[in-house]
Amino acid sequence: MATDADFRTRLQDWLPRLVLAPSFAVTLLFVYGFILFTIVLSFTGSKMLPRFTWVGFENYEKLFALPAWNTAITNIAIFASLYIVICTVIGLMLAIFLDQKIRGEGMLRPIYLYPMALSFIVTGTAWKWFLDPGIGLQNIMRQWGWESFSFTWIKDSDMAIYTIVLAAVWQTSGFVMAMFLAGLRGIDNEILKAAQIDGASNWQLYRRIVIPLLRPAFLSAFVILSHLAIKSYDLVVALTGGGPGRATEMPATFMYSYTFTRNQMGIGASSAVIMLMTIAAIMVPYLYAELKEKKA
Amino acid sequence: MSAASQDTAVSTGRVTRAFLYLVLLLFALFYLLPLYVMGINSVKPLAEITGGNMMALPSTWTLDPWRSAWSTAQIGVEPTGLKPYFLNSILMVVPAVVISTIVGALNGYVLTKWRFRGDTWVFGLMLFSCFIPFQIVLIPMAVVLGKLGLAGSVSGLVLVHVVYGIGFTTLYFRNYYASFPTELVRAAMIDGAGFFRIFWRILLPVSGPIAVVSVIWQFTNIWNDFLFGVSFGGTSQPMTVALNNLVQSSTGVKEYNVHFAGAILAALPTLIVYIVAGRYFVRGLMAGSVKG
Amino acid sequence: MRGIVGRKMTMVAALMATTGMAAAEDVEVLHWWTSGGEAAALNVLKDDLGTKSIGWVDMPVAGGGGEAAMTALRARVTAGNPPTAVQMLGFDILDWAGEGALGDLTDVAAAEGWDAVVPVALQGFSKYDGKWIAAPVNVHSTNWVWINKAALDATGLGEPTTWEELVAILDAMQAAGITPLAHGGQAWQDATVFDAVVLGLGTDFYKAAFIDLDPEALGGAQMAEAFDRLIKLSSYVDENFSGRDWNLASSMVINGEAGMQMMGDWAKGEFVNAGKVPGADFVCIRFPGTQGAVTFNSDQFAMFGVSGEGAVAAQGAMASAIMNPVFQSAFNVVKGSAPARTDVPNDAFDDCGKKAMADLAAANDSGTLFGSMAHGHAAPASVKNATYDVITAAFNGEYADGTAAAAALADAVAAAQ
Repeated sequence: MATDADFRTRLQDWLPRLVLAPSFAVTLLFVYGFILFTIVLSFTGSKMLPRFTWVGFENYEKLFALPAWNTAITNIAIFASLYIVICTVIGLMLAIFLDQKIRGEGMLRPIYLYPMALSFIVTGTAWKWFLDPGIGLQNIMRQWGWESFSFTWIKDSDMAIYTIVLAAVWQTSGFVMAMFLAGLRGIDNEILKAAQIDGASNWQLYRRIVIPLLRPAFLSAFVILSHLAIKSYDLVVALTGGGPGRATEMPATFMYSYTFTRNQMGIGASSAVIMLMTIAAIMVPYLYAELKEKKA
Repeated sequence: MSAASQDTAVSTGRVTRAFLYLVLLLFALFYLLPLYVMGINSVKPLAEITGGNMMALPSTWTLDPWRSAWSTAQIGVEPTGLKPYFLNSILMVVPAVVISTIVGALNGYVLTKWRFRGDTWVFGLMLFSCFIPFQIVLIPMAVVLGKLGLAGSVSGLVLVHVVYGIGFTTLYFRNYYASFPTELVRAAMIDGAGFFRIFWRILLPVSGPIAVVSVIWQFTNIWNDFLFGVSFGGTSQPMTVALNNLVQSSTGVKEYNVHFAGAILAALPTLIVYIVAGRYFVRGLMAGSVKG
Repeated sequence: MRGIVGRKMTMVAALMATTGMAAAEDVEVLHWWTSGGEAAALNVLKDDLGTKSIGWVDMPVAGGGGEAAMTALRARVTAGNPPTAVQMLGFDILDWAGEGALGDLTDVAAAEGWDAVVPVALQGFSKYDGKWIAAPVNVHSTNWVWINKAALDATGLGEPTTWEELVAILDAMQAAGITPLAHGGQAWQDATVFDAVVLGLGTDFYKAAFIDLDPEALGGAQMAEAFDRLIKLSSYVDENFSGRDWNLASSMVINGEAGMQMMGDWAKGEFVNAGKVPGADFVCIRFPGTQGAVTFNSDQFAMFGVSGEGAVAAQGAMASAIMNPVFQSAFNVVKGSAPARTDVPNDAFDDCGKKAMADLAAANDSGTLFGSMAHGHAAPASVKNATYDVITAAFNGEYADGTAAAAALADAVAAAQ
């Protein structure tokens, strides 16, 4: 009897850890194991399938000598910074506007949110059409009588990256709006009323009180947007296929093409390692700060 | 929708309000634009598309492209339309969403109410799985699935989606349960309730909002996935792969109207989920994942 | 069109019902032929196998000339369950053979005498280490120019046979106010044009540069000249060319918006589908300066290593059905390409098709049949894509002149090897 009860309490003690264990084990294998595998691969001369012939840092040297990789890095820097900033600004603006007792909010919210529900395999063609000078916006404006209207970004090596920003903002800014709206709805109105009694204007109210209170929403938005930016692949493939030329190459498309279509898996793996290091450099400090705060 | 918005402390003048509505409507147009282009061109005959304005209303309305995309368009050797692939997607999405949501809920429960030494580390490590680019896991994943005998099967796809989904679902549930009063759990423990009983009786009944967020997130991600589907789907390819086959065919006349109809059909389930559950989505976000 | 194919199918089925093989296995086929005509052509094969009670498990993955299909294949092979047969191009076949992933068709090939009827240049991709590993379905030749007949007549000039005549016609078309060259700015299309330009500078030069990858040829004066010609051609496209699909470029020529397109023989299908007649509405010529020579790519079904006697027998039966002259004719009439064996009667083919078959046989005899670099039949994928990078950059005006581009090409190819 006693041992039975003892066993039961011990089971209760261990149960939580047992419940968590499968998820943790799976993560160790499928995330960290695979990352390790990729790191090992990046030091091998793998071409078509993994082959474990050691080549040292040769893949990394080749990688950084490739002009397309430099283009990819420049592009992700332009893309990520514009994308994150614009999405945040639009999302915050729409959330604040929508929080003003707007009639039809129930209609507008799903309209803002739905792009997140569609993959670019679905919307890519529509966007490609819209941006194409021959059939899209430029053509429409000219048909409507604005003869000199010109919008040829997608065909222009220097501007094409901005069309990708445009489509990406379209897809996620509504989602960011929802996160800010949730944050706004969570703010205690008494604080705002007190500030108003002190004579604060609307502008001051938002700048001094509301926006600082939205800090957690800003952080969540930043994390979600930055990981979407680094992972962005479908978008580029659907809109420009990396073109004109290779002007819109991004790290994710670069990695994919070297690993799977160019049969230079070693170089692909080394670019993946660089991507992972970038992600870690952004995420680890954030996770550390977040989790430490929670403990306190 | 929520009580909080009803007495927003901010008051706005007439001109400002007009401006607000104008901006909100303009953005609504911006978001609707691609859907409009897809919708309007899916009910035009092909000749009108190639000859005309992509924004113009059709002069002859037709539902043939929809019928074709659903049941007669060429996807592989057989002209099956998208119909058979729908079932494949459902068979993959439903178990994957259910399993990853349940596992996420249990994980969140343990990580907040049954804390142990090092639990923050465990969580931190699990969270990083959200950020791994999927392209890099393809090859090692194929090795693992082959070893498990799950390659080219629906079960294999479910496993893959669960594995890369639990990071997100755990995050959502953990943040949500963190704000749930631990005292209630303690009291139940003193009354002798066990681990699962507490979860079932106390936490699960209040988990509605965050479960909605988790389900929406997982459903759209898994439904829209192409990379895993094409690599590990074998002969039970999901909808996205079929759609890709429809849209990307290399030669022959491109039937844009059928492509658009197919694209909307493929997106319909996720659209419905967003529209039906959208109102709970903000509420769920509000309840958990955004608050620190 | 479906009616014709349907009749063909019954005909083929009737003819083939005689060759029976004892096997009741499925073949799983990974391919990217999902458009109407191609799928109909493939159905001929499927139905034929059906008469031998071999089931067909379809695994279509479309997009980008098989890029997505190759990713799926890699996952399948790594997981240890490869499909029976995979549609594949050029060096990919040899690369997979090098990985030891492919099966062996030598017995079937020996019994049916494939060695005698398949062009030698093609065998280079169907055999590895002396063993047959793949069954070729067709030969596409890529150095064609498709010209709108009315636009050509309007220039008052004849069909061009030299580079200078070509330029004169392009100039005349420009003066006439149409887009002289219909082109889609995608890497493989740029490279298709460049293949023809290089071949136009001599078959020896093409072989030295693209087949042997001789650094001197790749970076030399002739290559500089080739790039100068490519840059010249890029001045004849419209401003909206970037990213355009090749079939949209074809329709520009069909409706007279543009004068000509430089594209492989699959473009013919677009013209024929639009109701145009070869010789009357459009003319098909070899790229000026490449008469007598052919650059090709060939769709083949690479046969993967399968286990089990039944599976091997089904695989052999499929290979045999692919190589059957009746199937070769039926398939290639639909697809616009030439059969992968030289003894197929040309009765069912149209003018351009007959010309393609004659050119192919002649080039095979005179040793001027070369694998196309643009389509992965001259060098492995890493080299091919390295040349894409330079060719596309040159087409988009990123190099000062041909000399700079040639130097970049030599460097890029060296780095990719």
